[in-house]
Amino acid sequence: MNYVTSIGSYSIMIRDVFRKPTKWPIMKSLILKEIDELIYGSMGIIIFISFFIGGVVAIQTALNISNPLIPRNLIGFATRQSVILEFAPTFTSIIMAGKVGSYITSSIGTMRVTEQIDALEVMGVNSLNYLVFPKIIAMFFYPFVVAIAMYIGIFGGWIAGVFGGFSSSADFVEGLQLDFIPFHVTYSFIKSVVFAFIIATVPSYHGYFMKGGALEVGKASTTAFVWTSVVIIILNYILTQLLLG
Amino acid sequence: MIEVQNLHKSFGESHVLKGISSTFEKGKTNLIIGQSGSGKTVFIKCLLGLFKPDEGTISYDGRIYSELGPRERSDLRQEMGMVFQGSALFDSMTVEGNVMFPLDMFTKQSKSEMLDRVNFVLKRVNLVDANHKYPSEISGGMKKRVAIARAIVMNPKYLFCDEPNSGLDPKTAILIDNLIQEITQEYDITTVINSHDMNSVMEIGEKIIFLKDGFKEWEGSNKEIFKTDNAAVTNFVYSSELFKKVRQMYIEERN
Repeated sequence: MNYVTSIGSYSIMIRDVFRKPTKWPIMKSLILKEIDELIYGSMGIIIFISFFIGGVVAIQTALNISNPLIPRNLIGFATRQSVILEFAPTFTSIIMAGKVGSYITSSIGTMRVTEQIDALEVMGVNSLNYLVFPKIIAMFFYPFVVAIAMYIGIFGGWIAGVFGGFSSSADFVEGLQLDFIPFHVTYSFIKSVVFAFIIATVPSYHGYFMKGGALEVGKASTTAFVWTSVVIIILNYILTQLLLG
Repeated sequence: MIEVQNLHKSFGESHVLKGISSTFEKGKTNLIIGQSGSGKTVFIKCLLGLFKPDEGTISYDGRIYSELGPRERSDLRQEMGMVFQGSALFDSMTVEGNVMFPLDMFTKQSKSEMLDRVNFVLKRVNLVDANHKYPSEISGGMKKRVAIARAIVMNPKYLFCDEPNSGLDPKTAILIDNLIQEITQEYDITTVINSHDMNSVMEIGEKIIFLKDGFKEWEGSNKEIFKTDNAAVTNFVYSSELFKKVRQMYIEERN
């Protein structure tokens, strides 16, 4: 019953986010601030993780090829497929749910605890639009992060494959180009847009509706991460079935 | 003037406000007092429109809140100023940004006009040279002054304060009380203050409502509260040794 109530409250929250918009000059500066905080601020960790994930995928694939009849370009092929289809959009989203999600929940939750949200409401400001809308818009830039994660992941795989002695550069690049289906990139971007919306709104919900003090802010951040990850995993399954199944 | 008629509010099984009726007059500092859990905060949040009453009406100069449309409610909200218990300043903004926020949101004034108004209200609350400081860099008393400045920057008709001097030393608390009273009289505002501080009651309690277990137990002024025979009120007022001694001296003087 609690879950049904939560889904209902979440839906009402989403509706209210788009009601009674804040003045555009103020909203514009809020959106730019959130892009800086949520997108630009996450680039470092995403680049770092993508590079090593791509490298590990290449090494794992190479180590599992024992049959000499299997071509070495499979390393590049497997790296490309893994990174584009899953690691860049889904794995990165889980990382973002932790980094960005906990930031969103704790910042909104702290505002709730310190009555700053009440202050906005008393002034006649739609606090949901003021706080959550800029985050949703900022997160629409998330596919750019995923595109960079794809590039860096494949680059990491190439470095690991070539400099680790598992594959020649020509074989790896040949694998990258083998049976390439452009829709896979589209599929990945569609997923990343959906996940971006989830990363912006689920943690916002947990922060906005939290009750209690500082301890509860911490608990809300943890709960937000868990639920954001769960929703991403479930939607990943559904979207894969719908788009590729 | 704010008129409250038969206000009821429950949260699940808990009936917090039980048929409160009262009038808060313009140009006066109206105090709501009572023990913790008596329903003061819920009452003030109903007055602010943050909680929807289950029953009863609240009228702001003839405008009944429950009968207003969304736009009228929004306009009414802009006539309200609120000083929260913890000041509720926006951490990411400077003092100037906090005070300018309502102007920036709801007016079409130029930057220089807004700055003039901000400097005027900051000067009015005796806060100078703090424009570019962040809330984390100023004292509790200064935060309250910024909160008052933010609450009055839009020239509100109604000012609400939730325990405005909690966490302050006695001297600063009296300064804040006096500042609120001066502003109330100067701008002819209907001010409602939620407090359980007896110093505030003595200093600025032009009209006092005493709540007990969700009921309005007593109503009067700061001159009358020390003469009442209401057991619940005397129990609350003379709970501290200091006030017990003051009362004893008063009785001895009278005899």
